[in-house]
Amino acid sequence: MSSQFKLDSACPSGPIESRWDNHRFEMKQVNPANKRKFKILVVGTGLAGGSAAATLAELGYNVTSLCIQDSPRRAHSIAAQGGINAAKNYPNDGDSIYRLFYDTVKGGDFRARESNVYRLAQVSNNIIDQANAQGVPFAREYGGHLANRSFGGAQVSRTFYARGATGQQLLLGAYSAMNRQIHAGKIDMRTRREMLDLVTIDGVARGVICRNLITGELERYAADAVLLCTGGYGNVFYLSTNAKASNVTASWRAHKRGALFANPCFTQIHPTCIPVSGDHQSKLTLMSESLRNDGRIWTPKERDDGRPGDQVPEDERDYYLERRYPAFGNLVPRDVASRAAKERCDSGYGVGNSKQAVYLDFKDAIARDGEDAVRAKYGNLFHMYEKITDENPYQRPMRIFPAVHYTMGGLWVDYNLQSTIPGLFVLGEANFSDHGANRLGASALMQGLSDGYFVIPATVCGHLAGANLQPVTTSHEAFAAVEHEVREKTDKLLSIGGSRSVDSFHRELGLTMWDKCGMARSESGLREAVDKIRGIRESFWGDVRVLGESENLNQSLEKAGRVADFLEFAETFAVDALHRSESCGGHFREESQTEEGEALRDDENFCYAAAWEFQGVGNDSTLHKEDLSFDYVKLAQRSYK
Amino acid sequence: MTLNLRIWRQKDSHAEGAIESYELPGVSSDMSFLEMLDILNEQLIGKGEEPVSFDHDCREGVCGSCGAMVNGQVHGPDTETTLCQLHMRRFKDGDTLQVEPWRSAAFPVLKDLVVDRSSFDRIQQAGGYVSVATGSPPDANSVPIPKDDAEAAFDYAECIGCGGCVAACPNGAAMLFTAAKVAHLKKLPQGQPERERRVLSMVDTMDKEGFGACTNHYECTAACPKGVPIDAIATMNREYLRATFFSKEGV
Repeated sequence: MSSQFKLDSACPSGPIESRWDNHRFEMKQVNPANKRKFKILVVGTGLAGGSAAATLAELGYNVTSLCIQDSPRRAHSIAAQGGINAAKNYPNDGDSIYRLFYDTVKGGDFRARESNVYRLAQVSNNIIDQANAQGVPFAREYGGHLANRSFGGAQVSRTFYARGATGQQLLLGAYSAMNRQIHAGKIDMRTRREMLDLVTIDGVARGVICRNLITGELERYAADAVLLCTGGYGNVFYLSTNAKASNVTASWRAHKRGALFANPCFTQIHPTCIPVSGDHQSKLTLMSESLRNDGRIWTPKERDDGRPGDQVPEDERDYYLERRYPAFGNLVPRDVASRAAKERCDSGYGVGNSKQAVYLDFKDAIARDGEDAVRAKYGNLFHMYEKITDENPYQRPMRIFPAVHYTMGGLWVDYNLQSTIPGLFVLGEANFSDHGANRLGASALMQGLSDGYFVIPATVCGHLAGANLQPVTTSHEAFAAVEHEVREKTDKLLSIGGSRSVDSFHRELGLTMWDKCGMARSESGLREAVDKIRGIRESFWGDVRVLGESENLNQSLEKAGRVADFLEFAETFAVDALHRSESCGGHFREESQTEEGEALRDDENFCYAAAWEFQGVGNDSTLHKEDLSFDYVKLAQRSYK
Repeated sequence: MTLNLRIWRQKDSHAEGAIESYELPGVSSDMSFLEMLDILNEQLIGKGEEPVSFDHDCREGVCGSCGAMVNGQVHGPDTETTLCQLHMRRFKDGDTLQVEPWRSAAFPVLKDLVVDRSSFDRIQQAGGYVSVATGSPPDANSVPIPKDDAEAAFDYAECIGCGGCVAACPNGAAMLFTAAKVAHLKKLPQGQPERERRVLSMVDTMDKEGFGACTNHYECTAACPKGVPIDAIATMNREYLRATFFSKEGV
């Protein structure tokens, strides 16, 4: 690929309200009878992949769907707790499509694409209608109408929810829509398959190579379009709220085949997670942002106050979010709340044994509304907290601390969700476009379902109708060549026979990432990170021990492949963080802050999406810039005070 | 603490399996059960033995991937708890824990603690949905749904599909799993148009997949990590009987 190409976002022009309509009208169409002639491969069955597969099959396309889990219902969207935003304005509190658009652009600290975000806000209402029609049991008021609650970064109540399991219910809705199409024979569903590489022919995505995780066989799938709906890369930090199988492999291998990777350093550190309890920790558990509707965050006013939280009197508590941000209080956006918690702990006000925690307290809510009312809203979250910590949060304040949660960066896509490889589309968390440098709570579910139910069905036909695709089968030599490369990599991992487990390398990488590329980043730290990542990668390939065989279910081998990719990807992550010397959203450079310690953007030099082109492992990637313009939401210092 | 583990090891679906014993020192009471297995696997890799395979993913009790019999109990001794949310503070130094996969003809063992639960997906594919195409359904507030109905529907819809109900049932029945979906959609107006064909088709598939029948042991609901109510089964039986009379498409 030439490194001189220009990124074309394919965004329509004209008034922002009519861009999506005009774009769809101008898009080439595939007539209903011809749709069955096109084969579409959907990798991943979370909210984006599940909704896309179901909808494309309904339209008549020939869909094959792949997932890494034993059932499409288990994709990690299932774990999303708090809710999904929509601009319904049911509470009559002044919400509108424009306000949701405005809040999302501002919440993303002006690093998202206006056209995409407006479209997202436009289709948000259709998502709620769609999910409701599927039988998703949203929370309701006594009159039978849908209930709303508030989430961070907004001063209206626009979040729809199903107790603390909104992601589960929305995913089961998409799963049920898929099931209907599987039953009708329109989706060929393949479970326990891991995509290990992308096959391109003449520069166009035409299929993938997968490993059957039960038999270990490598399988070839050919298609006219490939949709990556493979989620985020938070597990590069080892400890995150992501599921254990969440990984960057599908995205990374597509990147190595020519898809640019945008803003990899934009990571969301979620403020309210259960703190780490020891070295054995294998993952972190989120406590939903919805808890900040009723919970109040505080630390003692005295440093190293050793008293249990419930014994600290009211006037000795510092409700620091309410103090610093009176307008938004406990509902400031996630990046702001996380940094504020870190600041308190770094200054010596942290609580609990590790001193790396702050309190989230429901005392006032329980006194006001009663324990039953609090249980009705948050019962499953409180139950989970008690299971993990052995403490009763109805009686003692929860201890919480920020943890890696979501990744705003991802494969670069244009307005059609197409990557820089024609025919390769990227949906949901795996792409980069809608959340800028910080995602607002309850917006991930909205984006995944928007991409799958409403955007891709309208945009994929542009490629199918316009690209003059020739029929391709899996006997094409390109499939054999890529399969050979995948097999060599697998064989190599099994043959090293070193002394250290895959997990030990992953933990080492995670510590480096958290330390140097976490909530606060600096030039010297990031340079150190690059060196360390290279070192870990080198020792991995010399000393990893992967037991078992390739022709069988082999979880160590699966992990080894994923960690190998994380070790390459991490370097691009750190390089991106190093080059962006401004602070924005979740990316906080210590060198760039206001006097009050808030993130200080540098719009003159960094008002762009950074899209990296792969140039070989260990070589410097080439930076391409997509300039961002803000015609509607004017660039301004973000303030929640 | 130090534990004596007795774990089912089976190379693949064709091989004979057997219980293997392992002594595991250094278990902390703050660990989850799966983190304890992680530590065991690190120890096994150190000795050059293949680690124990087990399904797991979210590790926060909602994906439904994990599950095993611990001393004969589904997901271990705690109520309303998945295996990943079971913590080692529940056990004490010197305890012996026998860990086995779900046992059911409809869930063949694939390797060690990993079983094939695709029969569950096929039951859902047979009718666990509302046939609504993506497009322009009516405004979500156009049909009010009583709060209590929505809450009850959620209680059924919360099923995570782990398979614990089948493993707990002396008959290996999937009644609670199947009934949870039937009862969820029965509670809501959206589920009414396909009410008869849904229950007939799902029950038919459940039987064909080799699951047993319910004889009212209530073990399923006791083992269920989400506490799916047992009355779902009564609802399904009633719906099934009703459908045999009212279905226009035949049984």
